[in-house]
Amino acid sequence: IFLFLGSMCFVLAVGHCIWENKKGYYFQDFLPWKEYVSSSAVSAVLIFWSYFIILNTVVPISLYVSVEIIRLGNSFYINWDRRMFYELKNTPARACTTTLNEELGQVKYVFSDKTGTLTQNIMIFNKCSINGKFYGVVYDKNGQRVEVSENQFQTFSHLTYVLNSVKLLFVLAYVFQKTEKVDFSYNKLADPKFSFYDKTLVEAVKRGDRWVHLFFLSLSLCHTVIPEEKVEGELTYQAQSPDEGALVTAARNFGFVFRSRTSETVMVVEMGETRIYQLLAILDFNNDFASDGLRTLMVAYRELDNAFFQDWSSKHSEACLSSENRGDKISVVYEEIEKDLMLLGATAIDDKLQDGVPGTIITLNKAKIKIWVLTGDKQETAVNIAYACNIFEDEMDGMFIVEGKDDETVRRELRSAREKMKPESLLESDPVNSYLTTNPRMPFKIPEEMPNGNYGLIINGYSLAHALEGNLELELLRTACMCKGVICCRMTPLQKAQVVELVKRYKKAVTLAIGDGANDVSMIKGIFWGFFAAAHIGVGISGQEGMQAMLNSDYAFSQFRYLQRLLLVHGRWSYNRMCKFLSYFFYKNFAFTLVHFWYAFYSGFSAQTVYDTWFITFYNLVYTSLPVLGLSLFDQDVNETWSLRFPELYEPGQRNLYFNKKEFVKCLMHGIYSSLVLFFIPMGTVYNSVRSDGKEISDYQSFSVIVQTSLLCVVTMQIALETTYWTMISHIFTWGSLGFYFCILFFLYSDGLCLMFPNIFQFLGVARNTLNLPQMWLSIVLSVVLCMLPVIGYQFLKPLFWPVSVDKIIDRIHHCMRHPLPHPIRTKLKHASSRRSAYAFSHKQGFGALITSGKTMRAKMPKKNSFPFKK
Amino acid sequence: IDYTGTDPASPCNKCLSPNVTPCICTINFTLEQSFEGNVFMYYGLSNFYQNHRRYVKSRDDSQLNGDPSALLNPSKECEPYRRNEDKPIAPCGAIANSMFNDTLDLFLVGNESDPTPIPLKKKGIAWWTDKNVKFRNPPGADIPLEERFKGTTKPVNWVKPVYMLDPDEDNSGFINEDFIVWMRTAALPTFRKLYRLIERKNDLHPTLPAGRYYLNITYNYPVHSFDGRKRMILSTISWMGGKNPFLGIAYIAIGSISFLLGVVLLVINHKYRNSSNTADITI
Repeated sequence: IFLFLGSMCFVLAVGHCIWENKKGYYFQDFLPWKEYVSSSAVSAVLIFWSYFIILNTVVPISLYVSVEIIRLGNSFYINWDRRMFYELKNTPARACTTTLNEELGQVKYVFSDKTGTLTQNIMIFNKCSINGKFYGVVYDKNGQRVEVSENQFQTFSHLTYVLNSVKLLFVLAYVFQKTEKVDFSYNKLADPKFSFYDKTLVEAVKRGDRWVHLFFLSLSLCHTVIPEEKVEGELTYQAQSPDEGALVTAARNFGFVFRSRTSETVMVVEMGETRIYQLLAILDFNNDFASDGLRTLMVAYRELDNAFFQDWSSKHSEACLSSENRGDKISVVYEEIEKDLMLLGATAIDDKLQDGVPGTIITLNKAKIKIWVLTGDKQETAVNIAYACNIFEDEMDGMFIVEGKDDETVRRELRSAREKMKPESLLESDPVNSYLTTNPRMPFKIPEEMPNGNYGLIINGYSLAHALEGNLELELLRTACMCKGVICCRMTPLQKAQVVELVKRYKKAVTLAIGDGANDVSMIKGIFWGFFAAAHIGVGISGQEGMQAMLNSDYAFSQFRYLQRLLLVHGRWSYNRMCKFLSYFFYKNFAFTLVHFWYAFYSGFSAQTVYDTWFITFYNLVYTSLPVLGLSLFDQDVNETWSLRFPELYEPGQRNLYFNKKEFVKCLMHGIYSSLVLFFIPMGTVYNSVRSDGKEISDYQSFSVIVQTSLLCVVTMQIALETTYWTMISHIFTWGSLGFYFCILFFLYSDGLCLMFPNIFQFLGVARNTLNLPQMWLSIVLSVVLCMLPVIGYQFLKPLFWPVSVDKIIDRIHHCMRHPLPHPIRTKLKHASSRRSAYAFSHKQGFGALITSGKTMRAKMPKKNSFPFKK
Repeated sequence: IDYTGTDPASPCNKCLSPNVTPCICTINFTLEQSFEGNVFMYYGLSNFYQNHRRYVKSRDDSQLNGDPSALLNPSKECEPYRRNEDKPIAPCGAIANSMFNDTLDLFLVGNESDPTPIPLKKKGIAWWTDKNVKFRNPPGADIPLEERFKGTTKPVNWVKPVYMLDPDEDNSGFINEDFIVWMRTAALPTFRKLYRLIERKNDLHPTLPAGRYYLNITYNYPVHSFDGRKRMILSTISWMGGKNPFLGIAYIAIGSISFLLGVVLLVINHKYRNSSNTADITI
């Protein structure tokens, strides 16, 4: 723009130079040059700067102020959105920044944490198996498993235990002494919120089944939970991990209430009897329980004699104190004691998905937003969650797992994946490859590459460490970006940040990182070891893992499902509004300013303004500011329901279709055209024409009034055309501003004001004399029609000749609004969002019978899930 | 009628040299048709940049409004026509200084040899607001006009001081209508300004019957140096004002374009409707 301004000024200065030489020099009889102006060249230099001042309105300063107001307004919309308010926690969505709203409408990649973001991170003890007997499933009288309806699935779910390679968690506790009896009736300390449907387990507990008792005893003993008992009988547990909390709560409900602990003892109320156990040692669990939809945990015990324990204990403390290879030594010691265990049973804890996650992800996928899950979890867990929330689908064409331990393997794996997805991308002739070979060091943008199907990519932390190095990162990126879903598991926070940075650097797309924990802070925002790696937008979820992510984020809310609203509704609106605002703002300033440019050719390039100085002052400030603010604060092209229903509407934002260089040039052209019309129509009107009483109207002041009135009418009509959502406010703003203009016009040109300051308000009586001219009104109507015709024509023809998918959709929406029929897509979405179960396989019914029939808990995997799990 | 006199054959050609003062020249012309109703007489100037920024600014509205302090101390905008010989110029500035000062007289050459002068009315040619509100003489109702302008001097190019523009005190000083008309600067370098009115006497006779006329010009105003042109225009008007075909032509043109466009769009729309119905199904 500055260049444009500069060149315009230059042209005019040169024009002035020529004019002064040819005409002004001879015109000095009537208009002498100033004494310090020695030649036309000097005068031209002065004129250059005069025009610089006059034309500087093409670089609208008020733009920045208005942009800030709009951003603020849109942030408030996010804060006020009731549908993003989570009642259970009483937390509204919060926009911590105002500058990123329109980028929310352009997000292409979403990087998501898993635990706490996709899932609730609230563990619920779901079922267990004790001594080969299975609890947690409801049977009817005939022993048939009750086929529960959809919403019961949420709590019951299916039985998809994969207990292969379960590493045992073992915590050592030794029954030391037994003391007083306390009269606690059964279940008095139970957590009222806990719900478990299988009555047989309760019966087993009441019966005093030894195994069951031992099972729950171990659960209530073997943990690192810290209890709080503020009021007698009301226990709350502070658990380091939610899993532990869930297990202890379960034990408590079955009559094994963990009440308090000291550094050496644990007090448990065991079926009404309070016992104190001495804590001998804690073996940290090495966090390696394989999981499926449910997190499972094996419980086992072993009786030790004193001598063995003393022996082991000393070994253990020795190992703990050793300075080198401590980890190895400790695990050797652990191994020693963790053998010959009696298997008591297994527990299953359900890490529930948050409400509406699969639906959200389907919607986001439709909006062509790619979702990458970056998690520290194990691969199996991550993959299952990915299936559960539809990041991976059953119908996918292929799944690639990258787990190489060195550069070569990783490269080979990535390449083979790419070969399958798009064989030609490996050829030398591929444009990206040829570009890479020619200028290897240049920063550049990798174009979108379309694979030949839906694929998923799973990559784990070790491989990622290799893949992120040097030349492999491009391989990784190209492969990953072709996939529909990407899961990166076992990642360190630094790696999360690196992945985000990688995509940001090469894709030049807007990225959004969402997470809840401290380990996500690095990818949300922040400097990690001097390595700046913030995603464009960080979204924090206020979940179980504290406030850290939230405090570092740009937007914060409490449920993952709000993300679709944030992006598809608020982001899209913000983006569309901002684009409309920008193009309109530039248009109106071009139309306003360029009139001066044309006038220069008729005023001897003397930097004479077309308008009254007051009009120039008020134009951006008063006359046109409110309508455009109203437009950009309240306009909605389609309402929120439709934009959620047709996520495809989000696409233009990602490709930045609404405001780019092309659009800017369009505004410029439109502005130039309008200014031409606005100058030459009034000029033709006033040229040599007179009023009905013979007095001429071609004087400068009348001309100004005609031009400025036409300009305002045109600009107001233009905004009325662009407004798609008329509210009372927009009517008031748009037409009110125009009416206000006439009021101000009469006020400024009134007798009183002009007589008080004759040198400031020089346009005395012009309004009265000019506004009653029929010519003037005819010329205004003509200007408006001429300015609007091409715009209307273009808007009409554009969807016909250059249809974008959005136009079709909007067309369809209008169609649907006229004929309110139940929409097919609507029902489809509804179905998707109601499927809240945490299990990808939940729609495969009759699976539970298979498990219950056999004593082993090894379930047969469904065929579609037959990709090799890491054993 | 162009009377600049650049053509050597023109009777006003002699006036181009600055030596001949005062220079009076006569131009003959014939009206083919008689002019009914009121006739307006304009002078037109072209290539005269009344809209030049420095020119437009070069005035002091306070002074013209009759402010006594501004009368003796004109605004700086008037430079270099602010003071002359240590006296403030009234009216100051380049616009006033360059006021049009040719005198035009119209004569009808009748059947007889002695021509009849056409009565020209000089009042009622300025805007009412200008004449009554914007322009005022310095205060003092009973004092003669000359006294009110005491302490000022005439603009450099002027022959007479401002209070001697017209013998009628209602049309002299700053409220002289010729002066007011001139002070309302034109928007474009080619413009015309109302000079005189020719009122119709009665319904029986046309205001200007067809016939031969001659225009007597007291040629004072130099435009030749900057390649300007001077014209005299006689015109009648309708309710819409003077003759300016621009709006009419523009309206007809735009109207037909819109109509064509409308038809084209209708056709396109009709075609598209059919195709879009099929396209809808494929979405």
